[in-house]
Amino acid sequence: MNPCQFCGAPATVHLTDIVNKKKREMHLCESCAREQNLIPDAPSPQLNLPALLQLLMSQLAPSPSEADADDLDPASLTCPDCGLKYAQFRADGRLGCPEDYDVFLPVLMPILERVHRGLQHRGKTPKAVQEQMAKNEIADLKAQLTDAIAIEDYEEAARLRDRIRGKEAAG
Amino acid sequence: MNLDSLLPNLGEWLRGNGPESDIVISTRIRLARNLAGSPFSNRASAAQKAETEARIRDAIAKLDLPHKLDYVDVSKLTPIDRQFLIERQLMSRELGSVLEGPRGVAFDERESVSVMVNEEDHLRLQVMRSGVALEEAWAEIDHLDDLLETKLTYAFHEQFGYLTACPTNVGTGMRASVMLHLPALSLTKEIEKLFRSLQKINLVVRGLYGEGSRASGDLYQISNQVTLGKSESLVLREIREVISQILQYERRARQLLVKERKQAEQDRVARAIGTLGSATMITSEETMELLSTVRLGIQLHLLEDLPATTVNQLFIHTQAAHLQKLMGTPLDGEERNSARAKYLRNKLRELGASQR
Repeated sequence: MNPCQFCGAPATVHLTDIVNKKKREMHLCESCAREQNLIPDAPSPQLNLPALLQLLMSQLAPSPSEADADDLDPASLTCPDCGLKYAQFRADGRLGCPEDYDVFLPVLMPILERVHRGLQHRGKTPKAVQEQMAKNEIADLKAQLTDAIAIEDYEEAARLRDRIRGKEAAG
Repeated sequence: MNLDSLLPNLGEWLRGNGPESDIVISTRIRLARNLAGSPFSNRASAAQKAETEARIRDAIAKLDLPHKLDYVDVSKLTPIDRQFLIERQLMSRELGSVLEGPRGVAFDERESVSVMVNEEDHLRLQVMRSGVALEEAWAEIDHLDDLLETKLTYAFHEQFGYLTACPTNVGTGMRASVMLHLPALSLTKEIEKLFRSLQKINLVVRGLYGEGSRASGDLYQISNQVTLGKSESLVLREIREVISQILQYERRARQLLVKERKQAEQDRVARAIGTLGSATMITSEETMELLSTVRLGIQLHLLEDLPATTVNQLFIHTQAAHLQKLMGTPLDGEERNSARAKYLRNKLRELGASQR
C-alpha cells in the first residue's frame, strides 16, 4: 500500500488523472485529504471537485514565469544555460544554445510565424529521435492499456493491445 | 593538404555539363546542424569550440564515404588560401574571414561535398552539383547527414526540428539554391518583375556569393526562405517548379534576342572578347560582366570556337586569390588588375592559336 504523499501514513484516498497522455497518481491519507479540502467535513463524504482541481493544478501548472509569459516583460528573459539575454538576441538575431528555443519561446513564436508561416517541423527527424518517439508512444499506449483494464473496459483494452503489437512489430 | 593542387580543376560547381547547363551553373543544398548540449558557436568559448571541432573532426574521419573528406584547419590558413576556398564555394565568407577561433572545412576531391565546422552552426553540410540536380544533391546530403548522425547527437526539438543559431534556419535547416545565368532576362529588364514574384512565394534571390552580395555577371542564386513547416521534399519540389518556369522565360528571351537583334548581340559578344583579349588593366567586376556576355554568345552560337567550360575556367582563375596563386605572388588591387588582364590576353591568344 502506498503511503500518504503528505504525511507518510497509509493512504486511503487515491487519485489518478491523465493529462496529455501522461498519467499522474496521488495518494493521501484521510486526514491530509481533509486538510486539502478534498473531502468536506460534513455533511456528506463527497469529493470537493474544485479543491481537487486546484490541488492537481498546483502540481501540474507551469512555473509562474511560464504561466505569465504573455504578460511578462520579454526584456527580463535570460537563458540559465548559456546566459543569453533577450536584448542580445534582439540585437543580433542569433540564439546562444539549443535551450534558448524553450527559454525565449514566447518571443520566438511570432518571429517564426512571420519568417516561416509555420510553427511545426515537418521534415527529416534523426533516427535516434524517431526511435525514442516510437518508444514513448508505446509506453503511453501501455499506460492507457493498464487504465483500461483497471476500469474493465476490455473492448478498449483489446484495441490498445492491437495498436501496441502493431507499433512493436513496426519498430 | 596542398590547396594549390586544386588550382587546375574546375570543381563540381563549374564543371559546366550538368542538366540545363546552358542556363543553370550549379545546384547547392546545405544543412545546418548543431550538437545537442553545447552552446552555438557565437556563445561558445574557445575551449568549447575546440572540443566541438575535435568531436566533429573525429566523426568526419570515421565516415564511410565513397569520396573521403579531407579536413582543413581554417584558423591555420593564410588569408589567400581562405579567399581561395571561398572563391571555390567550398566555404562561406563568414567562416573564412569573419569568424575566429577553432574552425574548419572538410571536402572531397571532386569538390562536391563540404562540411564546415564552427560556422554560425556547429555543422554546415553542403553538396554541390553541376546544373540543376536537386534530387541528386538531396540524396547525397541526406545520406551524409544520416551517417554523421550515427556518430554525433544533434540538437533536435519535436516541435521546431533541427535547432539552429538563427531562427531563420530552424526546422529542416535546409537551404537549397540553384545558381542561374540570366543574361537575356537582365537585358530585357524582365528580371525585376520575376524577382518580385519570387518574393511573394517565399523564394530568395541572391548574388554569386550569397547573402548580401550583388549579382555580378548576371549570376543569380534562387533559394528557399522557409525551413519550418514544410518538408524538404516539398521545398525542393517548389524550387524545381520555379526553376523550370525561369528556364522557359530565359530561353524565350534569348530566342527573341537572336530573332530581333542578332547583329547587335554579335557585336556585343565580339567587343567583349576583344576587350578581354586586349585590355592591360581589368577589374574582376568588368571581367565577370564581359564573361557573361561571352557565355551568352556561346549559348546563342554567335561564337563557335570557344567551349563553355573555358568561360568557367577564366571566371574562376581571374578571381583575386586564384590569380595570386597562378602568379605565385601576393598582389595588391592595381597589380591584380594588370595581372588579370595579362592572364586573359595570354589565355585567349592560346585558345585562338589552338583553334586554327
